[in-house]
Amino acid sequence: MPRKLVVIGNGMAAGRVLDELLARDPDAYSVTVFGAEPRVNYNRIMLSPVLAGEKAYEDILIHDDAWYAANRIDLRRGVAVTHIDREAKQVTGADGSVTSYDALLLATGSSPFVLPVPGADLPGVVSFRDLDDVDAMLAAARRGGRAVVIGGGLLGLEAAAGLAARGMDVTVVHLMPTLMERQLDPSAGYLLQRAMEQRGVTIRSRANTHAILGDTHVTGVRLDDGEELPADLVVMAIGIRPNAALARAAGLEVNRGVLVGDDMRTSDPDIFSVGECVEHGGVCYGLVAPLYDMAKVAAARLDGDATAMFTGTLTATRLKVTGVDLFSAGDFGEGDDRQEVVLRDVARGVYKRVVLKEDRVVGVVLYGDTADGSWFFDLLRRGTDVSQMRDTLIHGQSFATGAPQDPAAAVAALPDDAEICGCNGVCKGKIVQTIAGEGLSSLAEVRAHTKASASCGACTGLVEQLMSLTLGAAFAPATVEPMCGCTDLGHDDVRRLIRAGELKSIPAVMQELGWKTSGGCARCRPALNYYLLCDWPEEYADDARSRYVNERVHANIQKDGTYSVVPRMWGGLTNPRELRAIADVAERYDIPAVKVTGGQRIDLLGVRKEDLPAVWADLNRAGMVSGHAYAKGLRTVKTCVGSDWCRFGTQDSTGLGVRIEKFMWGSWTPAKVKMGVSGCPRNCAEATCKDVGVICVDSGFEIHFAGAAGLHIRGTQLLTRTATEDECIEVIAALTQLYREQGRYLERMYKWADRTGVDVIRAAVVDDADRRRSLFERFVISQRKAQVDPWAERVEGHDAHEFTPMANLKLLEAAE
Amino acid sequence: MTEWIDVGLVTDIPVQGSRVVAAPAGDIAVFRTADGSVFALRDRCPHKGGPLSEGMVHGHAVTCPLHNWVISLETGQAQGADHGCAGKIPVRIEGERVLLAASALQRYAA
Ligand SMILES: Cc1cc2nc3c(=O)[nH]c(=O)nc-3n(C[C@H](O)[C@H](O)[C@H](O)COP(=O)(O)OP(=O)(O)OC[C@H]3O[C@@H](n4cnc5c(N)ncnc54)[C@H](O)[C@@H]3O)c2cc1C
Ligand code: SF4
Ligand code: FES
Repeated sequence: MPRKLVVIGNGMAAGRVLDELLARDPDAYSVTVFGAEPRVNYNRIMLSPVLAGEKAYEDILIHDDAWYAANRIDLRRGVAVTHIDREAKQVTGADGSVTSYDALLLATGSSPFVLPVPGADLPGVVSFRDLDDVDAMLAAARRGGRAVVIGGGLLGLEAAAGLAARGMDVTVVHLMPTLMERQLDPSAGYLLQRAMEQRGVTIRSRANTHAILGDTHVTGVRLDDGEELPADLVVMAIGIRPNAALARAAGLEVNRGVLVGDDMRTSDPDIFSVGECVEHGGVCYGLVAPLYDMAKVAAARLDGDATAMFTGTLTATRLKVTGVDLFSAGDFGEGDDRQEVVLRDVARGVYKRVVLKEDRVVGVVLYGDTADGSWFFDLLRRGTDVSQMRDTLIHGQSFATGAPQDPAAAVAALPDDAEICGCNGVCKGKIVQTIAGEGLSSLAEVRAHTKASASCGACTGLVEQLMSLTLGAAFAPATVEPMCGCTDLGHDDVRRLIRAGELKSIPAVMQELGWKTSGGCARCRPALNYYLLCDWPEEYADDARSRYVNERVHANIQKDGTYSVVPRMWGGLTNPRELRAIADVAERYDIPAVKVTGGQRIDLLGVRKEDLPAVWADLNRAGMVSGHAYAKGLRTVKTCVGSDWCRFGTQDSTGLGVRIEKFMWGSWTPAKVKMGVSGCPRNCAEATCKDVGVICVDSGFEIHFAGAAGLHIRGTQLLTRTATEDECIEVIAALTQLYREQGRYLERMYKWADRTGVDVIRAAVVDDADRRRSLFERFVISQRKAQVDPWAERVEGHDAHEFTPMANLKLLEAAE
Repeated sequence: MTEWIDVGLVTDIPVQGSRVVAAPAGDIAVFRTADGSVFALRDRCPHKGGPLSEGMVHGHAVTCPLHNWVISLETGQAQGADHGCAGKIPVRIEGERVLLAASALQRYAA
């Protein structure tokens, strides 16, 4: 009599165990299989092509009815096992049947994780695990409308691509900044996002689902920031959880999954377990390759082979979205003992990164060209010494010629209508044609003929690269100082290319401009963050991780690690209520020093970090907001008392200062900006050593700029005179905007003015009324999103993790 | 046998960021890098004691917020021309949880 094998779960792992076992000895066991799904065994990973319409259910069957009959396997489809009696060696099915076993195989897989938010159980909310889910999605897709997919991992993206292919309007809501962050680095994540967007899928990253909306059927999704996305279908694909409840109830050892040894036995030697329900060596797997390895071992052990061992499997990921080639494997972190080799082919949208440790491949990410994925994976798995082929490794197995990376590639890849010179609106095609058509050979000639780089000069580097591309070796461009070691491009080139290429995220810039490192450094990241914020004020999401600490926690770090807090005092004006609040705060939080600053406001020094939100809350309550004393942005507008009080005053300098500050606060600039307004040429507000200073005169307002009184002392230069306050403010805003758009990160206004020339700046913001108006308007647009009090946001709980320790072991000790 | 102390979830730490674990012998900075690795160092820069938890994380290194020394997260050593070491605390990840070696916390108690 053959021994009795009972299998619980009829998924991919169970199917493979049966295949392996039958191949070894078809008569070893009489087999009963319980499958909760009412169907035969099918290839679960092919559900994605079924959803996308590239395959039918019949195409993805693994074992059909005839197979079970031929192998005399008793398949109880649609019957879940509800109980295991290990004493009696019996299992009970949901249909009440009792079946005894000699050996038992647990292959219950895993279940989709469901977000614990209101509305998660509404009709129209599905997960992506089995054929029923696919049928539900297909039914929804036939009705058309909008779908929201929660989760930007492998499953979520495959669901999104499938639904988009079926004609739905799809949005993916993803918690992290980049897609598939577990398998991809940010560069590859960016390329993937671009590809998904080309398929019509909208990606909302850094977005957390707050609730699912609807009464009788889902109608939408509300995000943490309050925004509501309408939806007729919601797909949750945020992760899986091993199905271990049955094993736990039977008293087997269970952690996250059912614990097994290298022999695939659970804590009961007669019970084996394989698949996603298993935890082996601390790992729960979610891909089929390790399950197949487990299946082989389990089958061998069931067949009496006492040597078969499962020792863990390295996994590689490929995304099954047609037209998207993506491969990732191993550990692609950076490190001292590691080197990375990065290859970016900007024109073809290819990104390859191989991480080496001690001359061995430890990780690989490929995007756009995955032909060598298996080859790299093989090197990785075998731990092959690659020192001999290091230089050419990145080009792959069939490497022929290792063409060196061309620094002009980014410019070469731009379309002809990409704007190169922003001042004069000259595009790439025009420059290239003119160079060729007119036979130009020097920068001066190109400037004369096309006007490109003839104004502020910021695009000179790009124009030179176009000349190199057109003229070849005949032209030797001047060298620019690169932004940092991660790129050969200078600040101006990067800024121009951000605009010309419409690059809207840090990974986008790094990919399209061929960054030499995968994630930048502490020099380029804050600069890129600023440039993107300045150029795409309405779209770009600030990256807190690319900001210096002061701007991240909105206070100034002091040498002992405490912070200083400076509330805004508009134009230097304050009142008893504010002063009282400041005094109360200083006492309540034991603030050791209170000092009047040079910018006409009050500095609270020595605030403990964890007290910051409470200090801000108290100050907010008295009507005060952040003074941005830490920011590369507008700091103070210093004023004198002007015509309200002073016998010499010609205009209301205090009122104008307050107006300017209220209009301009919150704006980010390349470096700090300080302003001053004096009521007459006696200049008590010291306006002529500020970045922007106004001197009031009888006939109106003199606007000065580009002064400094720090490391360098510089008097301002006169920009222009205006008759009214309104004009004065328009000119100042236009000037600031021009500086925001042209200044290099950390370059003060006076240095920018030296580099650009006062006349050029005056021509733009004074003489050319249209240009002034459009600069002013861009400033106003950017202010819409910028004028949010960062303190109030944090009092509300924004970035709370910045201000509380992750754990407090001091308390733990005290409790002992 | 090493004793490990659970200090919270990996996801409590922002990617490319850091959180502080307050310990009797002084704060520990726990970092999470872009590639998902987790490291822990004493939260004191070997230069002038700057809080490394406030620095910018790039690759497997952090730039100190006070004077821009770059400290390796893997060794705690200052990189480039600078010399000094911020004590490194062994980290273990179990599932989603972060554990720190208790012995290393004590070793730095001195
Ligand atoms: C849409 C999709 C795409 C995927 N793409 C890929 C891919 O490209 N590459 C890759 O490697 N992996 C992919 N995967 C993952 C892969 O499918 C799984 O790793 C694999 O199916 C797990 O096999 P399993 O046998 O452990 O679990 P499953 O295949 O889930 O099988 C478990 C079965 O057990 C049944 N069951 C549970 N409890 C009981 C009970 N008490 N009684 C009876 N039956 C029970 C369940 O109903 C289920 O049918 C994908 C998964 C999905 C959903
Ligand atoms: S600048 Fe002129 S108006 Fe202002 S306080 Fe001095 S003297 Fe008076
Ligand atoms: S204290 Fe860290 S660099 Fe000075």
